[in-house]
Amino acid sequence: MIGYKLGDEHEELRKSVEAFARDVVAPVIGDLYEKGEFPYDIVAQLGRMGLFGLPVPEEYGGMGGDYLALCLALEELARVDSSVAITLEAAVGLGIMPLYRFGTEEQKRQWLPALCAGERLAAFGLTEPGGGTDVAGAMKTRARLEDGEWVIDGSKSFITNSGTSITAVVGVAAVTGTRPDGRPEISTILVPSGTPGFTVAPKYSKVGWSCSDTHELSFAGCRVPAANLLGERGRGYAQFLRTLDEGRVAIAALSTGLAQGCVDESLAYVRDRTAFGGPIGRFQALQFKIADMEVRAHNARLAWWHAAAKMAAGEPFKKEAAIAKLTASNAAMDNARDATQIFGGYGFMNEFAVGRFYRDAKILEIGEGTSEVQRMLIARELGLDA
Amino acid sequence: MTTLNIVVCVKQVPDTAVERTLTPEGTLDRESPDGLINELDEYAIEEGLKIAEAHGGEVTILSMGPAKAADSVRKALSMGADKAVHVLDDGLAGSDALATSAALAAALTRVGFDLVILGSESTDARTGVVPAMLAERLGVPQLTLAATVEVSGAGVTIHRLTEDGYAVVTGSLPAVVSVVEKINEPRYPTFKGIMAAKKKPVRTLTLADLAVDTGAVGLAGAATGIADWAARPPRTAGVVVKDEGDGGSQVAGFLAERKFI
Repeated sequence: MIGYKLGDEHEELRKSVEAFARDVVAPVIGDLYEKGEFPYDIVAQLGRMGLFGLPVPEEYGGMGGDYLALCLALEELARVDSSVAITLEAAVGLGIMPLYRFGTEEQKRQWLPALCAGERLAAFGLTEPGGGTDVAGAMKTRARLEDGEWVIDGSKSFITNSGTSITAVVGVAAVTGTRPDGRPEISTILVPSGTPGFTVAPKYSKVGWSCSDTHELSFAGCRVPAANLLGERGRGYAQFLRTLDEGRVAIAALSTGLAQGCVDESLAYVRDRTAFGGPIGRFQALQFKIADMEVRAHNARLAWWHAAAKMAAGEPFKKEAAIAKLTASNAAMDNARDATQIFGGYGFMNEFAVGRFYRDAKILEIGEGTSEVQRMLIARELGLDA
Repeated sequence: MTTLNIVVCVKQVPDTAVERTLTPEGTLDRESPDGLINELDEYAIEEGLKIAEAHGGEVTILSMGPAKAADSVRKALSMGADKAVHVLDDGLAGSDALATSAALAAALTRVGFDLVILGSESTDARTGVVPAMLAERLGVPQLTLAATVEVSGAGVTIHRLTEDGYAVVTGSLPAVVSVVEKINEPRYPTFKGIMAAKKKPVRTLTLADLAVDTGAVGLAGAATGIADWAARPPRTAGVVVKDEGDGGSQVAGFLAERKFI
């Protein structure tokens, strides 16, 4: 059976986050964005709303909801601002989910309650300065067991939520040996913030996502107990493949939100702005642009809903996740370009939301697997091998 | 200490962000626009929940309204209230403040209460008199326009908002308290709250259940009537202050006259 609308509970949540984004985020985000400040207040309120614990069972402090609920929240937040949305996305998708899925019972009990409450944040260190798409083959970070401790050396790039004052722990993917087939054995090790030998570089200056906290991390003889291994040794590669597949659906939802935000802002603007004796919304050139934007946002939403539905049903969703991420990030970029054009000179001003949307859209074609990677995955799923 | 029985009155109102229309009888069309919880009632719910959390107690939502008001009742439950009573009867349509207070007072008498909390006015009718009428009908103290509420023992103390500050008002329980938006920051429902709300009990009561005379409510029971109405005139141009050395004091005078400063 095909559903065309959300269930009551998910729709209630969506409306609740929509109201929060409009009433709480929208009035303050322009200023925070301009200053590049991490939105601590908003994060605390997202925490009280239970958004960080959406897909986690109540026994670990979560809401007992699901990944679809998280994605709905991300779409609604991103309609107003993507740096807030990506803070939630990374905190849950990359911070909480690996701990919840792969952590030992003790690790889950130790970390999840504060993370689900949004009081603390967890980050995931995967990408390195020399490895983006070739993340496993180029991984240089090493961890070795010595006297009951992991000793970690290496560095990680573009790590979201890794340097806030409430960051509690970073999951670090590291080469821990060589597999029988000669390829690197990769494991994930939990490194609490403030561990000696773990240095967080000053935050990056980014094109967009200005309120999101992103740093390069370095590890030099950084020692943590052997028990900080996340799940099993040698499972790091499988762990992050699963994490990335899910994350693509989340980024697709976030991208859909940005694409929808462009429609919302443009609609309001063309009804209000007048030129040549009336509102500019009467010009077909703009009507067609907005119609195209609506089509893209609509298709992006259908694509991520489909991927999320397959994921929820426990079916393989790799191809659908890649299609959703590719479709939605294209929609975000195209809509941001059209929306700024509709706004004319104001579209180039940071004080207008569409200006922020334009700066925030580009990363969506790069992060969580580039658009090229999505095409590669789709081709592979169709049986075309390299 | 005994458990406080807190009842929060919640009114569903049309979304103020959309165009509102009147019926041919001159009453507000409640069917077509989206219904929302009256904004000040959200503060009342929050205050009820906070008092229950601090002192131990149960929060019951009481709403009078058409069938679609059930959505607002459900939302109030998803914020954390324990149960709800929905007064639903076609005979209630067209009730003015006096008639509304008659039905609500009957329902409150039926369900029992230590503390009734409600918004000080609704965004649709804006009469602001229902809290006082309720207290009078119930024969309990009224503490209106509360910017803070403290419950201690058998009493309740509020800071009552006035034009130039606040007055400290104390009353004994049971009592009726109306709140203003300064009082708190209403919470957003969590997903857990939304799911739990589906399972919370909502009792529907009719006028017959409450033994309310149908002549006392609805258009029949209304003491006020709508004689005529007109659309609000378009906004006129504001006052332009030309600064000839006294601009600042002119602006200050303008604001003071309207009690902004």
